[in-house]
Amino acid sequence: MLEKTVAELSKALRSQEVSSVELTQAYLEKIAAVNERLNTYITTCDELALKQASKADQLIADGNQNPLLGIPIAHKDIFCTKNIKTTCGSKMLENFVSPYDATIVSKLNKAGAVTLGKTNMDEFAMGSSNETSYFGSVKNPWDTSKVPGGSSGGSAAAVAADLCAIATGTDTGGSIRQPASFCGVTGLKPSYGRVSRWGMIAFASSLDQAGPISKSAEDAAILMNVIAGPDNLDSTSSRTPVVDYTLNLNDSLYGLKIGVPKQHFTEGLSADVEESIRLSLKEFEKLGASITQVDLPNNHLSVPAYYVVAPAEASANLSRYDGVRYGFRCDNPIDLEDMYMRTRSEGFGSEVKRRIMIGTYALSAGYYDAYYQKAQKIRRLIKNDFDAAFETVDVIVGPTSPHTAFSLGATTDPVKMYLEDIYTIAVNLAGLPGISIPTGFGGNLPIGMQIIGKEFAEAKLLNVAHQYQQVTEWHKSKPSENFGE
Amino acid sequence: MAFDKSEVSKVAQLARIKITSDEIEEVESRITEILHLIDQMQSVDTDSIEPMSHPFGGTQILRSDTITEENNRDELQKIAPKVENGLFLVPKVIE
Repeated sequence: MLEKTVAELSKALRSQEVSSVELTQAYLEKIAAVNERLNTYITTCDELALKQASKADQLIADGNQNPLLGIPIAHKDIFCTKNIKTTCGSKMLENFVSPYDATIVSKLNKAGAVTLGKTNMDEFAMGSSNETSYFGSVKNPWDTSKVPGGSSGGSAAAVAADLCAIATGTDTGGSIRQPASFCGVTGLKPSYGRVSRWGMIAFASSLDQAGPISKSAEDAAILMNVIAGPDNLDSTSSRTPVVDYTLNLNDSLYGLKIGVPKQHFTEGLSADVEESIRLSLKEFEKLGASITQVDLPNNHLSVPAYYVVAPAEASANLSRYDGVRYGFRCDNPIDLEDMYMRTRSEGFGSEVKRRIMIGTYALSAGYYDAYYQKAQKIRRLIKNDFDAAFETVDVIVGPTSPHTAFSLGATTDPVKMYLEDIYTIAVNLAGLPGISIPTGFGGNLPIGMQIIGKEFAEAKLLNVAHQYQQVTEWHKSKPSENFGE
Repeated sequence: MAFDKSEVSKVAQLARIKITSDEIEEVESRITEILHLIDQMQSVDTDSIEPMSHPFGGTQILRSDTITEENNRDELQKIAPKVENGLFLVPKVIE
């Protein structure tokens, strides 16, 4: 039962084949049994979950038809939750309990979803392997010697290992799509502003976006129907009308124009990933799509520009952690300055400190034009490349990551780690939606394909992904019970 | 652009982060490598390009000027490291 999709579980709940309490109990038992090995959850909230489940069962009996009612969900530990700890993977917030719920959390609570707990992540979402978490790395359920990807690695691993039915994640440079790829699940990063950022702990405000990590594109659509839309509490949330994301899932792909960027198939791409993506393109052709090459000539500048924009915004956002109002404070400060310095030095991990320093440097007097302004101009060039490509194609398809999951501890060089996100970062800089879906294996490790769309074309991406999942079985593959050990 | 030890100390001070003398070497070399990566941006001419701060040129949303926030001081201060009489307590600033 635990391996079923949200769509399937929803039917089972409604036909009373299973109750939400039974389902919740079963997930909690599995989490208790394997979490020590996978480290996917930082916090579980058994009592609260069972209470929510029991309430959901009552509503189901009353005939409530909400598709997420009674569905056990996991939240990335970046979303503020009232009454449940929100750590953001940091010592700084180790004991932080938010006085309010994030908008995405309150919307899902209202829809009747059952919160199982909060998933592990790179500290303040800064990482591509989950290794920067203060609470230790998550292990990849396909092979526990490998990373799950990051920063939403806990959510992706929890979905892959059936430790929840579906999960939330956030994506600033690839943090939903890359772990989805490494763990063999589906992950959608919506367009910038499609989902409210209220109560989502800020990393880089002009790039951050929340989205689903799920077992199918259909499930991602079901979750999007709840979380997408404007929010008065987030002035950057978009007023563009929201559609029913499940409505066009079954549209034919006949006549779909797919663009393949040559810059996503250059050196650095491993042979097994390339082959898997090429085979997937053939599947799309069988479904009636046509394939053409597109050019994204400035893609190689996306990582350099991102490592100005994101750290600059992070340095401003993370200045709030000063030990005064909430979170960690160092012991016995001698004066205010000492308190600020030691609180931040002891409370933040090395990658977070590194990025704060880069951002501070880029924004400091005399460097603004050379760094931040230059990066924003490059951002425009990258956006222009996508605009030009979308004049001739409907979607852009390529690999999500250059290779399958790498070994824990293998990448200690920050620059090498940053280049992991070479295919995903440009999408954030341009504010576009992107989805990663499983397309095969390299050895025993999953491979992911990224589909990029025009702004607010989430429904199209979900349609394309769903149609692929109707003719392939990759998204149904499961890691072994012993997690490849 | 050169990023030496004095630059590390200056930026660390601005960011209110303490870098110890045993850490400074590594911080300097890591950040220098990252700045090399970033400097690839300088390879393109962007003179005539308009900077982009928001993906879709968002405009600020206005609302009527009415009170929407409640006073939640007690609840908000429950999570503070140190409070006294409804105030956040910090080390003495004024002699």
